[in-house]
Amino acid sequence: MKNKKSLLSRGNRLAAPKAQLALLNDGPFADGRLPTFTEKLDQYNCGPLRPKLLEILQINLGYMCNQVCAHCHVDAGPDRKEIMTRSTLEDCLSVMRQHTIVTVDLTGGAPEMHPDFRWFVTQIRATTAVKEIIVRSNLTILLANKKFHDLPDFFVKNKVHVISSLPFYKKNKTDRQRGDGVFQQSMEALQLLNNKGYGRPDSPLLLDLVYNPSGAFLPGDQQALETDFKRALKTDFGIDFHHLFTITNLPISRFLEYLLASENYEEYMQTLVEAFNPLAAKNVMCTNTLSVSWDGHLYDCDFNQMLQLKISSSVDHIHNFELGKVQDRSIVLGQHCYGCTAGAGSSCQGSIA
Amino acid sequence: MKNNYYDPQDLKKFGSISDWQPELGDKFFAYYNSVFAEGELSAREKSLIALAVSHVVQCPYCIDAYTKDGLQKGIEKEEMMEAIHVGAAIKSGAALVHGVQMMNRHDQLSM
Repeated sequence: MKNKKSLLSRGNRLAAPKAQLALLNDGPFADGRLPTFTEKLDQYNCGPLRPKLLEILQINLGYMCNQVCAHCHVDAGPDRKEIMTRSTLEDCLSVMRQHTIVTVDLTGGAPEMHPDFRWFVTQIRATTAVKEIIVRSNLTILLANKKFHDLPDFFVKNKVHVISSLPFYKKNKTDRQRGDGVFQQSMEALQLLNNKGYGRPDSPLLLDLVYNPSGAFLPGDQQALETDFKRALKTDFGIDFHHLFTITNLPISRFLEYLLASENYEEYMQTLVEAFNPLAAKNVMCTNTLSVSWDGHLYDCDFNQMLQLKISSSVDHIHNFELGKVQDRSIVLGQHCYGCTAGAGSSCQGSIA
Repeated sequence: MKNNYYDPQDLKKFGSISDWQPELGDKFFAYYNSVFAEGELSAREKSLIALAVSHVVQCPYCIDAYTKDGLQKGIEKEEMMEAIHVGAAIKSGAALVHGVQMMNRHDQLSM
Protein backbone atom coordinates (compact mmCIF):
# COMPACT_ATOMS: atom_id res chain seq x y z
CA MET A 1 0.00 0.00 0.00
CA LYS A 2 1.71 3.13 -1.19
CA ASN A 3 -1.26 5.49 -1.19
CA LYS A 4 -0.26 9.02 -0.24
CA LYS A 5 -3.81 10.28 0.16
CA SER A 6 -6.76 9.55 2.40
CA LEU A 7 -9.66 7.40 1.29
CA LEU A 8 -11.74 10.57 1.30
CA SER A 9 -9.56 12.46 -1.15
CA ARG A 10 -9.24 9.39 -3.37
CA GLY A 11 -13.03 9.18 -3.54
CA ASN A 12 -12.90 5.62 -2.21
CA ARG A 13 -16.32 4.26 -1.25
CA LEU A 14 -14.91 3.14 2.12
CA ALA A 15 -14.49 6.80 3.09
CA ALA A 16 -18.21 6.69 3.88
CA PRO A 17 -18.91 5.10 7.30
CA LYS A 18 -22.22 3.72 6.00
CA ALA A 19 -20.38 1.78 3.29
CA GLN A 20 -18.02 0.32 5.90
CA LEU A 21 -20.88 -0.66 8.20
CA ALA A 22 -22.82 -2.25 5.34
CA LEU A 23 -19.79 -4.31 4.44
CA LEU A 24 -19.12 -5.33 8.05
CA ASN A 25 -22.71 -6.46 8.50
CA ASP A 26 -22.77 -8.39 5.24
CA GLY A 27 -20.93 -11.55 4.18
CA PRO A 28 -20.19 -14.10 6.92
CA PHE A 29 -22.23 -12.17 9.50
CA ALA A 30 -25.30 -11.93 7.25
CA ASP A 31 -25.34 -15.56 6.14
CA GLY A 32 -24.66 -16.98 9.61
CA ARG A 33 -21.17 -18.35 9.02
CA LEU A 34 -19.93 -16.11 11.83
CA PRO A 35 -21.88 -14.88 14.87
CA THR A 36 -22.42 -11.14 15.14
CA PHE A 37 -20.62 -9.41 18.00
CA THR A 38 -23.86 -9.03 19.93
CA GLU A 39 -24.64 -12.73 19.51
CA LYS A 40 -21.16 -13.57 20.74
CA LEU A 41 -21.57 -11.38 23.84
CA ASP A 42 -24.93 -13.04 24.55
CA GLN A 43 -23.35 -16.46 24.17
CA TYR A 44 -20.98 -15.62 27.03
CA ASN A 45 -23.52 -13.57 29.02
CA CYS A 46 -21.36 -10.48 28.55
CA GLY A 47 -23.90 -8.21 26.92
CA PRO A 48 -25.16 -5.59 26.70
CA LEU A 49 -22.04 -3.56 27.47
CA ARG A 50 -22.62 -0.60 29.75
CA PRO A 51 -20.25 2.10 30.99
CA LYS A 52 -18.47 1.84 34.33
CA LEU A 53 -16.93 4.89 35.99
CA LEU A 54 -15.91 7.50 33.40
CA GLU A 55 -12.16 7.98 33.79
CA ILE A 56 -10.79 8.89 30.38
CA LEU A 57 -11.88 11.62 28.02
CA GLN A 58 -10.31 10.90 24.65
CA ILE A 59 -10.44 14.01 22.51
CA ASN A 60 -9.83 13.86 18.79
CA LEU A 61 -8.55 17.32 17.87
CA GLY A 62 -8.86 16.75 14.14
CA TYR A 63 -8.01 14.42 11.29
CA MET A 64 -5.07 16.37 9.86
CA CYS A 65 -1.77 14.48 9.99
CA ASN A 66 1.64 14.78 8.37
CA GLN A 67 1.61 11.01 7.71
CA VAL A 68 -0.64 8.73 5.66
CA CYS A 69 -0.32 5.37 7.40
CA ALA A 70 -1.58 2.29 5.58
CA HIS A 71 -3.51 0.99 8.58
CA CYS A 72 -4.97 4.29 9.86
CA HIS A 73 -8.47 3.87 11.26
CA VAL A 74 -8.99 7.64 11.18
CA ASP A 75 -8.19 7.97 7.45
CA ALA A 76 -6.02 10.88 8.57
CA GLY A 77 -3.60 12.75 6.35
CA PRO A 78 -2.38 16.15 5.20
CA ASP A 79 -5.51 16.51 3.06
CA ARG A 80 -7.92 16.24 6.00
CA LYS A 81 -9.18 19.61 7.21
CA GLU A 82 -11.54 18.64 10.06
CA ILE A 83 -10.41 20.45 13.18
CA MET A 84 -11.89 21.19 16.62
CA THR A 85 -13.04 24.79 17.14
CA ARG A 86 -11.94 26.90 20.13
CA SER A 87 -15.55 26.85 21.30
CA THR A 88 -15.59 23.02 21.41
CA LEU A 89 -12.23 23.00 23.18
CA GLU A 90 -13.81 25.31 25.78
CA ASP A 91 -16.71 22.86 26.13
CA CYS A 92 -14.24 20.05 26.77
CA LEU A 93 -12.46 22.14 29.43
CA SER A 94 -15.78 22.89 31.06
CA VAL A 95 -16.56 19.17 31.37
CA MET A 96 -13.11 18.56 32.87
CA ARG A 97 -13.70 21.30 35.45
CA GLN A 98 -17.12 20.03 36.45
CA HIS A 99 -16.40 16.31 36.63
CA THR A 100 -13.67 14.02 37.88
CA ILE A 101 -11.81 13.12 34.73
CA VAL A 102 -8.60 11.27 35.61
CA THR A 103 -7.05 11.18 32.16
CA VAL A 104 -7.36 13.29 29.04
CA ASP A 105 -6.13 11.46 25.96
CA LEU A 106 -5.40 13.77 23.02
CA THR A 107 -5.42 12.17 19.62
CA GLY A 108 -5.99 12.97 15.96
CA GLY A 109 -4.59 13.01 13.22
CA ALA A 110 -1.54 14.59 14.71
CA PRO A 111 -2.96 16.50 17.70
CA GLU A 112 0.11 18.75 17.80
CA MET A 113 -0.91 20.23 14.43
CA HIS A 114 -3.96 21.86 16.00
CA PRO A 115 -3.18 25.62 16.26
CA ASP A 116 -4.63 25.70 19.80
CA PHE A 117 -2.83 22.56 20.96
CA ARG A 118 -0.43 24.33 23.34
CA TRP A 119 -3.15 26.60 24.69
CA PHE A 120 -5.44 23.62 25.30
CA VAL A 121 -2.83 21.54 27.14
CA THR A 122 -1.85 24.55 29.25
CA GLN A 123 -5.48 25.20 30.13
CA ILE A 124 -6.03 21.58 31.15
CA ARG A 125 -3.01 21.76 33.47
CA ALA A 126 -3.88 25.20 34.86
CA THR A 127 -7.63 25.05 35.28
CA THR A 128 -8.69 21.43 35.81
CA ALA A 129 -7.95 18.59 38.21
CA VAL A 130 -7.06 16.17 35.41
CA LYS A 131 -4.16 14.03 36.61
CA GLU A 132 -2.80 12.71 33.35
CA ILE A 133 -2.57 14.29 29.90
CA ILE A 134 -1.74 11.82 27.16
CA VAL A 135 -0.63 13.02 23.75
CA ARG A 136 -0.66 10.41 21.00
CA SER A 137 2.29 11.65 19.00
CA ASN A 138 3.34 10.13 15.70
CA LEU A 139 6.93 11.24 16.54
CA THR A 140 7.78 12.56 13.06
CA ILE A 141 5.74 15.69 13.75
CA LEU A 142 8.38 16.71 16.31
CA LEU A 143 10.87 17.09 13.45
CA ALA A 144 8.47 18.09 10.69
CA ASN A 145 8.71 21.85 10.97
CA LYS A 146 10.55 24.41 13.10
CA LYS A 147 7.31 25.45 14.76
CA PHE A 148 7.11 21.99 16.36
CA HIS A 149 10.70 21.82 17.58
CA ASP A 150 9.82 23.22 21.01
CA LEU A 151 7.30 20.45 21.66
CA PRO A 152 9.60 18.16 23.68
CA ASP A 153 10.26 21.03 26.12
CA PHE A 154 6.55 21.86 26.15
CA PHE A 155 5.76 18.21 26.97
CA VAL A 156 8.25 18.28 29.85
CA LYS A 157 6.86 21.53 31.24
CA ASN A 158 3.30 20.22 31.20
CA LYS A 159 4.20 16.68 32.33
CA VAL A 160 2.60 15.23 29.23
CA HIS A 161 2.52 11.45 28.93
CA VAL A 162 3.71 10.71 25.39
CA ILE A 163 2.40 7.62 23.63
CA SER A 164 3.80 7.00 20.18
CA SER A 165 3.15 4.52 17.42
CA LEU A 166 6.07 2.44 16.28
CA PRO A 167 5.06 -0.63 14.27
CA PHE A 168 8.46 -2.29 14.54
CA TYR A 169 12.00 -1.79 15.73
CA LYS A 170 13.38 -2.07 12.23
CA LYS A 171 13.11 0.17 9.21
CA ASN A 172 11.42 -1.96 6.58
CA LYS A 173 8.22 -2.89 8.39
CA THR A 174 7.83 0.58 9.89
CA ASP A 175 8.27 2.43 6.60
CA ARG A 176 6.00 0.00 4.77
CA GLN A 177 3.18 0.81 7.17
CA ARG A 178 3.83 4.48 7.91
CA GLY A 179 5.71 5.83 4.90
CA ASP A 180 9.27 6.15 3.61
CA GLY A 181 11.69 7.71 6.07
CA VAL A 182 9.33 7.46 9.04
CA PHE A 183 11.50 4.97 10.90
CA GLN A 184 14.65 7.09 10.81
CA GLN A 185 12.73 10.21 11.86
CA SER A 186 11.00 8.26 14.63
CA MET A 187 14.38 7.15 15.99
CA GLU A 188 15.60 10.75 15.98
CA ALA A 189 12.44 11.94 17.73
CA LEU A 190 12.71 9.22 20.39
CA GLN A 191 16.34 10.20 21.01
CA LEU A 192 15.22 13.80 21.32
CA LEU A 193 12.62 12.81 23.91
CA ASN A 194 15.14 10.61 25.74
CA ASN A 195 17.52 13.58 25.92
CA LYS A 196 14.79 15.54 27.70
CA GLY A 197 14.39 12.71 30.21
CA TYR A 198 11.46 10.94 28.60
CA GLY A 199 11.39 7.16 28.73
CA ARG A 200 14.49 6.76 30.87
CA PRO A 201 14.27 4.14 33.62
CA ASP A 202 12.64 5.61 36.76
CA SER A 203 11.89 8.89 34.96
CA PRO A 204 8.47 10.35 35.75
CA LEU A 205 8.30 11.59 32.15
CA LEU A 206 6.37 8.71 30.63
CA LEU A 207 7.12 7.56 27.11
CA ASP A 208 5.24 4.51 25.85
CA LEU A 209 5.15 2.95 22.42
CA VAL A 210 2.29 1.39 20.53
CA TYR A 211 2.76 -1.65 18.34
CA ASN A 212 0.18 -2.78 15.85
CA PRO A 213 0.73 -5.67 13.44
CA SER A 214 1.94 -4.90 9.93
CA GLY A 215 -0.62 -7.13 8.29
CA ALA A 216 -3.62 -9.39 8.70
CA PHE A 217 -2.63 -11.08 11.95
CA LEU A 218 -3.08 -10.49 15.65
CA PRO A 219 -0.40 -8.96 17.86
CA GLY A 220 1.74 -11.40 19.81
CA ASP A 221 2.32 -11.41 23.54
CA GLN A 222 2.69 -7.81 24.75
CA GLN A 223 5.41 -8.56 27.31
CA ALA A 224 7.53 -10.60 24.90
CA LEU A 225 7.29 -7.94 22.20
CA GLU A 226 8.16 -5.23 24.73
CA THR A 227 11.30 -7.16 25.66
CA ASP A 228 12.29 -7.48 21.98
CA PHE A 229 11.59 -3.78 21.30
CA LYS A 230 13.56 -2.65 24.34
CA ARG A 231 16.57 -4.79 23.50
CA ALA A 232 16.62 -3.77 19.82
CA LEU A 233 16.05 -0.03 20.33
CA LYS A 234 18.62 0.16 23.13
CA THR A 235 21.25 -1.80 21.20
CA ASP A 236 20.77 -0.14 17.83
CA PHE A 237 19.87 3.44 18.82
CA GLY A 238 20.45 3.83 22.58
CA ILE A 239 16.72 4.48 23.00
CA ASP A 240 14.74 3.86 26.19
CA PHE A 241 11.00 3.77 26.66
CA HIS A 242 8.69 2.59 29.41
CA HIS A 243 5.99 0.28 28.07
CA LEU A 244 4.92 -1.21 24.78
CA PHE A 245 1.18 -1.41 24.15
CA THR A 246 0.01 -3.94 21.58
CA ILE A 247 -3.07 -2.88 19.65
CA THR A 248 -5.08 -5.04 17.27
CA ASN A 249 -5.91 -3.49 13.90
CA LEU A 250 -9.66 -3.01 13.70
CA PRO A 251 -11.30 -3.81 10.37
CA ILE A 252 -12.33 -0.28 9.47
CA SER A 253 -11.17 2.53 7.19
CA ARG A 254 -7.77 2.09 5.54
CA PHE A 255 -7.05 -1.23 7.25
CA LEU A 256 -10.39 -2.49 5.92
CA GLU A 257 -9.31 -1.32 2.47
CA TYR A 258 -6.09 -3.32 2.87
CA LEU A 259 -7.97 -6.43 4.05
CA LEU A 260 -10.24 -6.31 1.02
CA ALA A 261 -7.49 -5.56 -1.50
CA SER A 262 -5.29 -8.37 -0.15
CA GLU A 263 -8.26 -10.79 0.02
CA ASN A 264 -7.67 -11.28 3.74
CA TYR A 265 -10.98 -9.83 4.96
CA GLU A 266 -12.99 -12.98 5.72
CA GLU A 267 -10.04 -14.88 7.16
CA TYR A 268 -9.16 -11.91 9.39
CA MET A 269 -12.75 -11.60 10.65
CA GLN A 270 -12.79 -15.33 11.33
CA THR A 271 -9.50 -15.00 13.24
CA LEU A 272 -10.96 -12.19 15.37
CA VAL A 273 -14.16 -14.13 16.09
CA GLU A 274 -12.33 -17.33 16.98
CA ALA A 275 -10.00 -15.41 19.28
CA PHE A 276 -12.92 -13.83 21.18
CA ASN A 277 -11.96 -13.59 24.85
CA PRO A 278 -14.85 -12.96 27.29
CA LEU A 279 -12.40 -11.60 29.88
CA ALA A 280 -11.27 -8.95 27.39
CA ALA A 281 -14.92 -8.17 26.64
CA LYS A 282 -15.44 -7.24 30.29
CA ASN A 283 -12.50 -4.79 30.23
CA VAL A 284 -12.94 -3.04 26.89
CA MET A 285 -11.93 0.60 26.95
CA CYS A 286 -15.36 1.90 25.99
CA THR A 287 -16.50 1.06 29.51
CA ASN A 288 -14.36 3.79 31.10
CA THR A 289 -13.67 6.10 28.17
CA LEU A 290 -15.66 8.64 26.23
CA SER A 291 -14.52 9.79 22.81
CA VAL A 292 -15.10 13.36 21.62
CA SER A 293 -14.87 14.07 17.91
CA TRP A 294 -13.47 17.24 16.32
CA ASP A 295 -17.03 18.56 15.98
CA GLY A 296 -17.90 17.86 19.62
CA HIS A 297 -20.04 14.75 19.24
CA LEU A 298 -19.68 11.94 21.75
CA TYR A 299 -18.82 8.34 20.94
CA ASP A 300 -18.12 5.17 22.90
CA CYS A 301 -14.64 5.00 21.34
CA ASP A 302 -12.47 6.45 18.59
CA PHE A 303 -13.46 3.58 16.27
CA ASN A 304 -17.17 4.25 16.69
CA GLN A 305 -16.35 7.89 16.02
CA MET A 306 -14.87 6.98 12.65
CA LEU A 307 -17.96 4.92 11.86
CA GLN A 308 -20.12 7.85 13.03
CA LEU A 309 -21.90 5.67 15.58
CA LYS A 310 -22.77 8.29 18.21
CA ILE A 311 -23.47 7.27 21.79
CA SER A 312 -26.93 5.96 22.47
CA SER A 313 -28.09 8.84 24.66
CA SER A 314 -30.32 11.89 24.48
CA VAL A 315 -27.10 13.84 25.09
CA ASP A 316 -24.58 13.16 22.34
CA HIS A 317 -22.62 16.43 22.21
CA ILE A 318 -19.99 17.81 24.58
CA HIS A 319 -21.75 21.18 24.63
CA ASN A 320 -24.79 19.65 26.37
CA PHE A 321 -22.81 17.20 28.51
CA GLU A 322 -24.71 15.70 31.45
CA LEU A 323 -22.79 12.91 33.16
CA GLY A 324 -25.88 11.07 34.44
CA LYS A 325 -27.53 10.90 31.05
CA VAL A 326 -24.33 10.03 29.24
CA GLN A 327 -23.49 7.21 31.63
CA ASP A 328 -26.97 5.73 31.51
CA ARG A 329 -26.59 4.07 28.15
CA SER A 330 -25.73 0.88 26.36
CA ILE A 331 -22.54 0.93 24.33
CA VAL A 332 -23.08 0.89 20.57
CA LEU A 333 -21.63 -2.32 19.15
CA GLY A 334 -20.70 -3.64 15.72
CA GLN A 335 -18.65 -6.40 14.13
CA HIS A 336 -15.54 -4.17 14.36
CA CYS A 337 -15.72 -4.58 18.16
CA TYR A 338 -14.27 -8.09 17.74
CA GLY A 339 -10.94 -6.29 17.29
CA CYS A 340 -10.92 -5.22 20.94
CA THR A 341 -11.87 -8.63 22.34
CA ALA A 342 -9.53 -10.90 20.39
CA GLY A 343 -6.84 -12.80 22.26
CA ALA A 344 -5.39 -10.72 25.05
CA GLY A 345 -7.74 -7.92 24.04
CA SER A 346 -6.87 -4.48 22.73
CA SER A 347 -7.29 -0.91 23.84
CA CYS A 348 -5.50 2.40 23.52
CA GLN A 349 -3.55 1.25 26.60
CA GLY A 350 -2.65 -2.10 25.06
CA SER A 351 -3.83 -5.58 25.99
CA ILE A 352 -6.60 -5.87 28.58
CA ALA A 353 -6.81 -9.55 29.53
CA MET B 1 -15.34 -36.39 0.19
CA LYS B 2 -13.73 -33.23 -1.11
CA ASN B 3 -11.51 -33.43 -4.16
CA ASN B 4 -8.44 -32.33 -2.26
CA TYR B 5 -6.58 -33.89 0.66
CA TYR B 6 -5.74 -30.63 2.41
CA ASP B 7 -8.33 -28.04 3.46
CA PRO B 8 -7.09 -24.91 5.35
CA GLN B 9 -10.28 -25.02 7.44
CA ASP B 10 -9.19 -28.41 8.85
CA LEU B 11 -6.41 -26.73 10.80
CA LYS B 12 -9.03 -25.05 12.97
CA LYS B 13 -10.52 -28.48 13.69
CA PHE B 14 -7.25 -29.90 14.99
CA GLY B 15 -8.67 -30.08 18.51
CA SER B 16 -11.40 -32.44 17.32
CA ILE B 17 -8.94 -35.34 17.18
CA SER B 18 -9.66 -35.65 20.91
CA ASP B 19 -13.31 -36.42 20.17
CA TRP B 20 -12.62 -40.01 19.22
CA GLN B 21 -9.87 -40.66 21.78
CA PRO B 22 -10.13 -37.99 24.51
CA GLU B 23 -7.51 -39.37 26.89
CA LEU B 24 -4.69 -39.55 24.37
CA GLY B 25 -5.81 -36.39 22.58
CA ASP B 26 -5.90 -34.41 25.80
CA LYS B 27 -2.49 -35.70 26.82
CA PHE B 28 -1.09 -34.73 23.43
CA PHE B 29 -2.42 -31.16 23.60
CA ALA B 30 -1.25 -30.72 27.19
CA TYR B 31 2.20 -31.91 26.10
CA TYR B 32 2.11 -29.70 22.99
CA ASN B 33 1.23 -26.59 24.97
CA SER B 34 3.94 -27.29 27.54
CA VAL B 35 6.53 -27.74 24.81
CA PHE B 36 5.80 -24.33 23.33
CA ALA B 37 5.71 -22.40 26.60
CA GLU B 38 8.63 -20.13 27.53
CA GLY B 39 11.40 -22.29 28.96
CA GLU B 40 15.14 -22.56 28.57
CA LEU B 41 14.37 -21.63 24.98
CA SER B 42 12.16 -18.62 24.34
CA ALA B 43 8.77 -19.02 22.68
CA ARG B 44 10.25 -17.06 19.78
CA GLU B 45 13.12 -19.55 19.33
CA LYS B 46 10.69 -22.45 19.54
CA SER B 47 8.50 -20.87 16.90
CA LEU B 48 11.45 -20.73 14.49
CA ILE B 49 12.36 -24.36 15.21
CA ALA B 50 8.74 -25.34 14.60
CA LEU B 51 8.72 -23.46 11.31
CA ALA B 52 11.87 -25.23 10.14
CA VAL B 53 10.55 -28.65 11.14
CA SER B 54 7.21 -27.85 9.47
CA HIS B 55 9.05 -27.56 6.18
CA VAL B 56 11.14 -30.66 6.73
CA VAL B 57 8.01 -32.73 7.40
CA GLN B 58 6.23 -30.74 4.65
CA CYS B 59 3.09 -30.11 6.69
CA PRO B 60 1.00 -27.32 5.09
CA TYR B 61 -1.06 -26.91 8.27
CA CYS B 62 2.09 -26.38 10.32
CA ILE B 63 3.60 -23.98 7.77
CA ASP B 64 0.40 -21.91 7.88
CA ALA B 65 0.29 -21.96 11.68
CA TYR B 66 3.95 -21.15 12.32
CA THR B 67 4.24 -18.47 9.66
CA LYS B 68 1.37 -16.67 11.35
CA ASP B 69 2.83 -17.41 14.79
CA GLY B 70 6.17 -15.97 13.66
CA LEU B 71 4.54 -12.79 12.39
CA GLN B 72 2.72 -12.38 15.70
CA LYS B 73 5.98 -12.82 17.57
CA GLY B 74 7.72 -10.17 15.45
CA ILE B 75 9.94 -12.67 13.64
CA GLU B 76 11.13 -11.23 10.36
CA LYS B 77 10.84 -12.93 6.98
CA GLU B 78 14.63 -13.18 6.65
CA GLU B 79 14.81 -15.05 9.96
CA MET B 80 12.03 -17.39 8.83
CA MET B 81 13.82 -18.19 5.58
CA GLU B 82 17.11 -18.74 7.39
CA ALA B 83 15.39 -21.20 9.73
CA ILE B 84 13.97 -23.08 6.75
CA HIS B 85 17.47 -23.35 5.31
CA VAL B 86 18.65 -24.93 8.55
CA GLY B 87 15.92 -27.55 8.19
CA ALA B 88 16.67 -28.01 4.50
CA ALA B 89 20.40 -28.35 5.16
CA ILE B 90 19.81 -31.09 7.72
CA LYS B 91 17.38 -32.86 5.41
CA SER B 92 19.69 -32.73 2.39
CA GLY B 93 22.66 -33.55 4.59
CA ALA B 94 20.79 -36.55 5.91
CA ALA B 95 20.29 -37.75 2.34
CA LEU B 96 23.87 -37.09 1.31
CA VAL B 97 25.52 -38.65 4.34
CA HIS B 98 23.99 -41.94 3.16
CA GLY B 99 26.31 -41.52 0.19
CA VAL B 100 29.01 -42.88 2.47
CA GLN B 101 26.92 -46.02 2.92
CA MET B 102 26.66 -46.26 -0.87
CA MET B 103 30.40 -45.83 -1.22
CA ASN B 104 31.09 -48.50 1.43
CA ARG B 105 28.74 -50.96 -0.24
CA HIS B 106 30.10 -50.13 -3.67
CA ASP B 107 33.67 -50.81 -2.62
CA GLN B 108 32.71 -53.98 -0.80
CA LEU B 109 31.06 -55.41 -3.89
CA SER B 110 33.56 -54.22 -6.43
CA MET B 111 36.84 -55.81 -7.45
